[in-house]
Amino acid sequence: MSETAVSEIVRHGGIDGLADDWSADKQTYHVPWGKAMMWIFLVSDTFIFTCFLTGYLHVRLTTTEPWPVQSEIFALSFGGGDPIPLILIAIMTFILISSSGTMALAVNFGYQKDKVKTFWLMCATAAFGASFVSMQVFEWSKLILEEGVRPWSNPFGAAQFGSVFFMITGFHGAHVTIGVIYLLWVAFRVKRGVYDDKGYEIVEIAGLYWHFVDLVWVFIFAFFYLL
Amino acid sequence: MSSDTGQQHPLGLYYRIWVLLFVLSACSYAVDFFNVQGGMRWFLVIMFMLLKAGFIIAIFMHVFWERLALAFTILGPPTVLLMLIVFMAVEGNYISGTRYLYMGHDLNAVALSPSDLHGAEHEEEEEEAH
Repeated sequence: MSETAVSEIVRHGGIDGLADDWSADKQTYHVPWGKAMMWIFLVSDTFIFTCFLTGYLHVRLTTTEPWPVQSEIFALSFGGGDPIPLILIAIMTFILISSSGTMALAVNFGYQKDKVKTFWLMCATAAFGASFVSMQVFEWSKLILEEGVRPWSNPFGAAQFGSVFFMITGFHGAHVTIGVIYLLWVAFRVKRGVYDDKGYEIVEIAGLYWHFVDLVWVFIFAFFYLL
Repeated sequence: MSSDTGQQHPLGLYYRIWVLLFVLSACSYAVDFFNVQGGMRWFLVIMFMLLKAGFIIAIFMHVFWERLALAFTILGPPTVLLMLIVFMAVEGNYISGTRYLYMGHDLNAVALSPSDLHGAEHEEEEEEAH
């Protein structure tokens, strides 16, 4: 088979492409190895977070104590006004969506080899992430110090509320924190021109991690805070 | 689409999806703000959640443009988790049913809210002021 015939098959998409990628003794994923590895990691992380959320589903179903009302617990009042339900969580959600947008733009400018824009957009993403974590610190300290919520008990209702809250939001917050460090590290290497020869796939790989963190929050926001 | 040029798509698409994600987040927050309850709450929250997740995965994470070999590797294994969720939901319902039935818990008990707890403190403060 000639060289051109082989590359015809590789470019072929859809089901034929799937069969071709998996057949024979050759590379399956036609992406940089770092990107394939990041995806494998993210799939395994999906399992971790799904196990947490399924555990939450199970303890919430089986507890016979009433489940605390989230929209009242996470309400916040400004300037002595009436408390607005879930307002801090809504702001945190919008911050994370904003950071996802700046990250998507950073990936785009990275492939255009626009180092300055990529650097600043990644810094903006990291800044959004840092503000998200600081709001989470505020939320945690409010719940721990003012409301007396503990992993083993809370004054509102089912004790499992505290353990689920600290475990799931804590694990997610740790992911955001690591993401901020990772993004800044990549951003400064982009600025230094480390990837001029290697190519800018690294920005997309870092972006995948960051979008995943946002994705997990979409599910936490729905299942833990809204339902 | 090939790995040589990476994932490059028009900026306008990203802006549109970005705005859409904001709108969907606002919609799911509105469900809580306007206190929609019952089956409608579940339907709306889960619909907005799945739409948001779908757009993030498909557009921002570029799975829509990836070859099927990678897309199936990403999306295939997590579908097994749906089975775990269904099994745990069935099991959990059974356990809670037996607990209410045999252990005499109050099915209609209501959780306390921060205002219930802190309201008491304020009353004490008022009494001290008198």
